[in-house]
Amino acid sequence: MSHIKVELKKEDVAKLKEICKSFNNEAGELINVLHKAQSYFGYLPAEVQEVVSAELNVPVAKVYGVVTFYSYFTMLPKGQHPISICTGTACYVRGAEKVVDEFKRVLNIKVGETTADGKFSLGCLRCVGACGLAPVVLIGEKVYGRVSPDGVKDILKEYE
Amino acid sequence: METVKLTIDKKSIEVPKGTTIYKAAKQLGIDIPVLCYMELKDLKIENKPAGCRICVVEVEGRRNLAPSCSTDCAEGMVVKTHTMRVINARRTILELILSDHPKDCLTCAKSGRCELQDMAVKLGVRNIPGQEYAEMSTYRIDTSPSIIRDLDKCIMCRRCEMMCNKVQTVGALNAINRGFQAVVAPAFEQNLEKSTCTYCGQCVAVCPTGALTEVDHTPKIIRALSDPTKTVLVQTAPAIRVALGEEFGMEPGTIVTGKMVAALREIGFKYVFDTDFAADLTIMEEGTELLSRLSRHLAGDKSVKLPILTSCCPGWVNFFENNFSDMLDVPSTAKSPQQMFGAIAKNYFAQKMGIKREDMVVVSVMPCLAKKYEAQRDEFKVDGNPDVDFSISTRELAHLIKEFNINFNDLEDQDFDRPLGESTGAAVIFGATGGVIEAATRTAYEIQTGKKLEKVDFKELRGMEGIRSATVDFNGLPINIGIAHGLGNARKLLEDVRSGKANYHAIEVMACPGGCIGGGGQPLHHGDISILKARTEAIYREDAGKPVRKSHENEYIKKLYEEYLGKPMSEKAHHLLHTHYFDKGKKDIYI
Repeated sequence: MSHIKVELKKEDVAKLKEICKSFNNEAGELINVLHKAQSYFGYLPAEVQEVVSAELNVPVAKVYGVVTFYSYFTMLPKGQHPISICTGTACYVRGAEKVVDEFKRVLNIKVGETTADGKFSLGCLRCVGACGLAPVVLIGEKVYGRVSPDGVKDILKEYE
Repeated sequence: METVKLTIDKKSIEVPKGTTIYKAAKQLGIDIPVLCYMELKDLKIENKPAGCRICVVEVEGRRNLAPSCSTDCAEGMVVKTHTMRVINARRTILELILSDHPKDCLTCAKSGRCELQDMAVKLGVRNIPGQEYAEMSTYRIDTSPSIIRDLDKCIMCRRCEMMCNKVQTVGALNAINRGFQAVVAPAFEQNLEKSTCTYCGQCVAVCPTGALTEVDHTPKIIRALSDPTKTVLVQTAPAIRVALGEEFGMEPGTIVTGKMVAALREIGFKYVFDTDFAADLTIMEEGTELLSRLSRHLAGDKSVKLPILTSCCPGWVNFFENNFSDMLDVPSTAKSPQQMFGAIAKNYFAQKMGIKREDMVVVSVMPCLAKKYEAQRDEFKVDGNPDVDFSISTRELAHLIKEFNINFNDLEDQDFDRPLGESTGAAVIFGATGGVIEAATRTAYEIQTGKKLEKVDFKELRGMEGIRSATVDFNGLPINIGIAHGLGNARKLLEDVRSGKANYHAIEVMACPGGCIGGGGQPLHHGDISILKARTEAIYREDAGKPVRKSHENEYIKKLYEEYLGKPMSEKAHHLLHTHYFDKGKKDIYI
């Protein structure tokens, strides 16, 4: 997993300690603590994991093990405009995979990554309940239906 | 005790409730194959993550196959350990493990001693169906001063994780990622060097495959031996002589001191010396330091730190530098025997023989992987030239002997060279838990009380309990001694010392369970604790057979002080034989 170096602010560390404390600094609450930490920071950089490790008295290696095991946890910040491509059954059979490939090619990142300028992040999800519009792409809150690989560049232009 | 009755392969057995199917079957003489499972019984160490599923068996009335290592026996259970369904499942499981395993068995460091290889032989796997299409994980190789991690060979048995976390409480290794990418690694997949790893090597000792191996120094030694300008010396640690024989098919606990010396001469070492000599020297320095701290303490000096902690074990030194950086003034400042030997060889002996420092190569044979790291620490170098150039494990020495085509079993016994090969029984017992402190007691008692010891055996200091304590009567003065082996036990003891709960004058710590005889560089015991016991007994046998059994009575040690060092803790001794420690508490931080 690639890393982004961050410097935690004093208030961030205080907030993290508060989260840990709300779970009595119990090692068994590691997953819950990480959930809360991610909802506060948006992601779990190494520095956040180190604070959690120290507070709960759990080796950093263990914290990192949990973070890398569950797909929900991420060590990379989401982009300013998070892109979510539906790869549910309906979207998949109507070519979502090719749309994913095109986004990957144009942005030059993999699924789960964020562009170097922090503008876009790429993710996949399963069914947004708009199968009639398949394949569906979400950027932030905005829904794009019947997306084809050719249309990807035009969609991204809206965010330049 | 509540018991349950069951049948395994049509044989009836009654076992205590909570017994696993695997263990019940073992009592019946049925050996169910296991891969990830491992037990070190007397040390209360058990690894049963039920990860590999090789040990599956059929249980009547149960839909799926049960992992026998972690399924408890139940009343009336009917177990079958080798039905067609079981045999096919085991094969498929092994084929799947092998499909994501590199195929470099011919050159793998673990070749011939690999449990995965053995299992493939046992289950008759000769090809891996669909392998040409299979996905392979690809990890980089991480080389530290002591240990190499080649994670493509990791099969996720998690034995190393168990040793690192539960037994040693080091917490450097943990399972990360999932699916194909799942391996055991340090935090943020950094190199071991950046983690809290102490290089104790217990992970290497239990790794069933070539995922964790030691850094091999033998090629460098062969190069040094072939260089005519170099004088190559070797020193051998106490625990080698009671374990090396196992690599040549001898019974565990066979003492092979004489054959080992003969083999080393045969290989071409100019001088075959003994780390035991330096162990005696360690006792002179450490014992004197103990008595000096003790007398100042008794005189009411509040600045003096007690207990004094032994510092021979480099894994332990790394551990307290990482975890107890607030107590760096507590351990003895005495260097380890390996480093004392190096310092004496490259100063005293080099001068005596007229050999230039850079032309002398000091090799050590150690039961230990942390010694490789210790040898290359900056504070043990003079202008970049280390006091100990290379350190090889017992396993590497066995390789070297085989490589030189030496028929080890037929060798005539030979004796160490002088002066650095003379040692006492006190030095030999450094190899077992409790031995260093017993050796120190033998000397400190006589120096402190001025009386001769009637019996030199302190049986109260011996044993396999993880944490032990004893009070030794120094002619009316009770001395409280603590002993811990295994870093998890050391942590407990140290935390009691830190909080003021424990009241000891001296503490011995060895990083590896059993002490050096169970070191990370020893012949692999594959979880058989009786091997460790046999080695320990051999250590005490070797001690009992020595004519001199107290370090301060070693004639060559006396001569060394007369000719060169003056007295223990003299300025010269301080310069050559003592060291200092560093705060490494900031490790594992991602930067």
